[in-house]
Order: sequence, then C-alpha cells, then structure tokens
Amino acid sequence: MSTTLPPFEEVVTTHGPTVLRVCRAVLGPMDADDAWSETFLAALRAYPTLRPGSNVEAWLVTIAHRKAIDQTRARARRPLPVDPLPEHPAPSVEDRQDGDLWAAMQALPFKQRVAVAYHYVAGMPYADVAALIGGSQDAARRAAADGIAALRKTYGKGGPR
Amino acid sequence: MTTYEPGAPERSDLFVALPAIDEETTRRLRDRLVREAQTAGLLDVAYRTIDSPVGPLLLAATAKGLVRVAYGCEDHAKVLERLARDLSPRILHAPVRLDAAAKEIDEYFAGLRQGFDLPVDFSLARGFRRLVLTRLRAIGYGQTASYAAIAVAVGNPRAVRAVGTACASNPIPVVVPCHRVVRSDGSIGQYVGGVDAKRTLLTLEGRPAD
Repeated sequence: MSTTLPPFEEVVTTHGPTVLRVCRAVLGPMDADDAWSETFLAALRAYPTLRPGSNVEAWLVTIAHRKAIDQTRARARRPLPVDPLPEHPAPSVEDRQDGDLWAAMQALPFKQRVAVAYHYVAGMPYADVAALIGGSQDAARRAAADGIAALRKTYGKGGPR
Repeated sequence: MTTYEPGAPERSDLFVALPAIDEETTRRLRDRLVREAQTAGLLDVAYRTIDSPVGPLLLAATAKGLVRVAYGCEDHAKVLERLARDLSPRILHAPVRLDAAAKEIDEYFAGLRQGFDLPVDFSLARGFRRLVLTRLRAIGYGQTASYAAIAVAVGNPRAVRAVGTACASNPIPVVVPCHRVVRSDGSIGQYVGGVDAKRTLLTLEGRPAD
C-alpha cells in the first residue's frame, strides 16, 4: 500500500467519470455539473489530509452525497420547473440516451435514487451504501431493488437479471 | 474502475450500455475545476507537457513560479509522484497556468530568446545546491563555465563534485542553465537530460561541444 498520495490529477482522471454518472443519477443531468465541480473542489481542499491507501472512490461518493443533499434541499426551495417530467414512451434500446435514464431516475424517491446510484452506478456494496445513506443493509438493498423495479416500468423493458 | 473486490456487485443491465462521458463534457468540467481551484488558492502545483527538440518536457509551477522542468528520461509520472510527495498532492494538469513558460521555452528552442523572464521557485533545491543553481543563472547564453569555476564562484573551490551533483539534480533544467557547465578540459560532462540533450542545447547556443 502506498505511503504517499498520488497527484490529485490522477484522482480526477480515474474517478471523474464515475462520480459524474453518480451525480447525474442522483440529481439529473442539469444539476450534475455543479455537483461534480463542488465535489472535486471540496475533495481537492481535503485531499492532503486523506490517508494514503484509502478507498478514494468511496470517499468521493461520500462528498458527492453531501453535495446532493445540499442541492436537493436548495431545489425544494426553488419554484417547480415548467417542464414536467418526460412522459414519452420508453425508447428502443438503440435510441436510449443516458439523459433519458437520468431523467427517469429523477422520478424516484430520494432514498431509492441514491441507493440505485451508489450500488449500481458507483459499484458500492450495500453495507457501504447503508453506511452512507443511513438505515440497515437490507433497507439499502430493498430501496435499490424498488428503484430498479420502478425504473423498469417508467424507462426500459430490459428483462430482469 | 472501483476497487471493490471480491464480490463486486452486479451492474443492472439498465446501466451497462451507457455511453462514455464525452470529451467535451470532460474538458468543460476540468477547465472549471482548474479555474475554481485557482480562485480558491487550492492549485498548489499546475503542470503541462510541451514538445521540444530534446523530447517532451514536463513543466510544473507553483504560485511562486516555475518549480520543475523534467526530461522524458526522468519519467514524468514518477516526477509528478515526487512533486506530490515533496511539495503538495494538490496537483492538476492545467496547461493555461503554464502558457507563459511554454511560450518562453518554445522561443528559446526556436533561437528567438536568449534569456528567461520567468519567475522560478527553488523550493526543490536546498542549501548548497540552491546556491549553485542561483549562481548558474549568471552564465549567459552561449557561454560555458567549468564545474571548478562554479565551485570557486560559490566560495567553495574544493566542492567541485558537489557542484556536479547540484547540476545533476537541477529541478529546472533548460531555464536554469546547468547545461552550460562543462568539464575543465572542455569536454561536455554529464547532464540530467542525457549528454545528447546537453549537446543539442549547447549547439543551439552556438557552442558546439566535444
């Protein structure tokens, strides 16, 4: 295990794409850029104090989670957007854009959304998801399963695996 | 990607086929991060690479100035790791921050510039080594000096070998001209970027050596 931290540049290159997907999954494409930027700026600030050998991606997702909570609260204080959630039928596999999936995720309750994002997009085990969002590991697993089931109804018809 | 092993969780097929993050988005977010990091005073070390007649050069700068120029033979990834250890791990690829340095070095290799106006940061050299490097800046374009002469100039005539070590560990070669220090018999001596690079620089400056 390394005793020194790698240059932060490496952190951005290695984990930037996954963290952006997590932000898109939790907040939607519109607010994801802001959340990603705030996450990496906060991470850069705290980076020198990170213990070498830590799980950097889990650390980043933890920071992103706090930013997502902040943004979700801020959003609740904002007037509702004019455009309703997309109601067009689920696109064919070929037509699927990730924007549609992220939009569909926005219809999920917050808890389901973050459970799906952290487990399926960030690849975190349910124990870590539970530690992050609160509640038991089983509750995290149920929230993610409910979220995926709801997504299948609103978004795609891919067979369950 | 992630480091969860073993028993990495399954990925739902819903998320399997997502397209990669496009380059334009990546660039936009990274530019913003560099901008905001700089505004917040969190960009401790900025770096970029440039092409040159002596191969790719890594340029790194702190807020004080150019802190490192590294030849390809020094292994840029290793150089960045050492910068993270010795200066700060808050390191980002931030080409814009090094535009002025890149321009001056380009001009130098094009034969359009004989001296550098860049602020430099000698944080990576201490004590006697720093003293030697400071003295080197007084050797003008196209001039050379012997290791022994530099030892005399820094007031320690017996420290010829230590002068050689200081030159060999110069963190800012090209800009701090350790290539202008040669052996007393006129032969070219060693160089941090390799003897060929040293010869190229001296030839560029009109001092073919050996």
